[in-house]
Amino acid sequence: MADDLDQIFVTIAHSIVGLFPGLWQPVVSAIISISAIIGVFASLFAVTTVFERKGLGRIQNRYGPNRVGPFGFLQPAADGIKALIKEDVVPRSADKVVHFLAPLAVVVPAFLVYTVLPIGRNMVLADFDAGVLFFFAIGAATELSVFMAGWSSRNKYSLLGAMRAIAQMISYEIPLILSAVTVVMIVGSLSTTQIVAAQAGYHAIGLPNWFVFTPWGFAGFILFMIAATAETNRSPFDLPEGESEIIAGYYIEYSGFKFALFFLGEYMGMFAISGLGITLFLGGWHAPLAALEFIPSWAWFFVKLLAIIFVFIWIRGTLPRLRMDQLMNFAWKFMLPMALINIISAAIWHFMPPGYERWLVGAAIAAVSYVLLGLGLMHGKKLEKRTYRYAE
Amino acid sequence: MLGEGIIKGMAVTAKNFLGSYVSEERLTTIQYPEERQVLPEAVRQFPFLVFDGNDPMAGLRCVACQICEKECPPKCIYIEKSKDKKPDYIGKPQIYPATFDIDISVCMSCQICVEVCPFDAIKMDTEFELSTSDRFGGLLVDKHQLAKSNGHYHRIHPTEADEVDGRLAAEKVKAEAKAKADAEAKAKAAAEAKAKAAAAAAAPPTAPAAPAATPPATK
Repeated sequence: MADDLDQIFVTIAHSIVGLFPGLWQPVVSAIISISAIIGVFASLFAVTTVFERKGLGRIQNRYGPNRVGPFGFLQPAADGIKALIKEDVVPRSADKVVHFLAPLAVVVPAFLVYTVLPIGRNMVLADFDAGVLFFFAIGAATELSVFMAGWSSRNKYSLLGAMRAIAQMISYEIPLILSAVTVVMIVGSLSTTQIVAAQAGYHAIGLPNWFVFTPWGFAGFILFMIAATAETNRSPFDLPEGESEIIAGYYIEYSGFKFALFFLGEYMGMFAISGLGITLFLGGWHAPLAALEFIPSWAWFFVKLLAIIFVFIWIRGTLPRLRMDQLMNFAWKFMLPMALINIISAAIWHFMPPGYERWLVGAAIAAVSYVLLGLGLMHGKKLEKRTYRYAE
Repeated sequence: MLGEGIIKGMAVTAKNFLGSYVSEERLTTIQYPEERQVLPEAVRQFPFLVFDGNDPMAGLRCVACQICEKECPPKCIYIEKSKDKKPDYIGKPQIYPATFDIDISVCMSCQICVEVCPFDAIKMDTEFELSTSDRFGGLLVDKHQLAKSNGHYHRIHPTEADEVDGRLAAEKVKAEAKAKADAEAKAKAAAEAKAKAAAAAAAPPTAPAAPAATPPATK
């Protein structure tokens, strides 16, 4: 029964594919998977926007959207209709072709990376041998599209936003990939399904065998999620959009549905990178406790995804935007050395015999490097009450 | 240590997030169309014209002196004087506004018109739900829409309206007393003139008195 529920989507897809002649089957299978991914994640996008607004509202002690439909849950429909019927303004001096292509170039890679995400047991669109590499290669295309948008708009704010986005994304891509490298080193494979398979099973004390429950994995997961926040331009790393400084950054000159596409692309990127974080560190679709394995694998994936999204919203509601120099200092003086030390830590873990010694060593490396790099980052900076010379 | 402040901040937002579900008092917003904030008495939106009695047009206090029109910083008031006169609240015949328009899309709610009005004829209303589908005609209000009774004024600004009423009553009493005194003085003057004329008829006129010696010293 549990297995049937677990494989329900796989069996449905198989039975639909079986209706077609043999030559058509691969195409039909691909179309079914693609439309399922687009449908599911686009609706997740809709749900997330309303949850985000409600969550941020609650953090600020207000209700959030509660007018459209029951408890405001039809708000995304209203937003979508609004975006569709709005006038699509293209600046007169914009590069029209690039301006048109940029939102597509955001959305297409954002959806492409779902190809390699194992959403459940046997539920991955294409099981590449180099899945993680594919993910990062396609994911890096977002940088190009952001710059296309910023450059083609011919607006100083959008260009500033695009410059900031490029600087930020390239800086944070390095710790992002280096923190993912540890998992690849330990598993010995770039395939996402094999990484998930390597995290099956449970420790003696009942903890799942996820990489986040190892010293290097924990540090790697934190680094990965911080870098992912920066990669997806979310607060506190939302300098490229910086509403209060450069209005909307690279998509300032976009209106109507193109703007909605940027929004969609951004959230798709966030879900995808969270999904990769789950795959690499949080055991993919594996249940956290052996007793909970009767719940379908795809449900676990989405529970974990929603939990990460909640943390993203929580962080957005808490932290103010960084300054450009703080952003760069953090990337190059903290994230990068920390990720490199973490790789060494993972190597030591790999070569030490299993036992509590390697736990101690790993934890010590992570803690000491964190404290020292943190001190280095704070060096020369005294935090005190700001005094104003003229105001007051 | 690095990250300490982040943890603290996250705790604060988590407390707010969960607290807003537990205690309703935390929520700072008011669900507007269903709930309404009790506004302070001094709240003001756009001006209106006060009338006394039951007939809005007959009871208008405005005498079309056009001071408000001249003082209005964004020039949102337009007044045309009447050709004829009608009695005001004292009973004195006065000019009245043939046209009195305020463009509330231009009005900036500064209350200067209220402050300069010598007749207490224009006051600030508290009505703010004035949205309209016609942005030109719908926001240009004429004197029929502007005229609101003194009762309405008492309802929205009770303290201020009482004070204005007291002042107007005092002025009315004073005006009546003055009119009475004037009438008496006139009667007296007329009687004196009559007596003088009678005396003049009796005795021939004399030479005028000599001018005063020195003016009083001034500081």
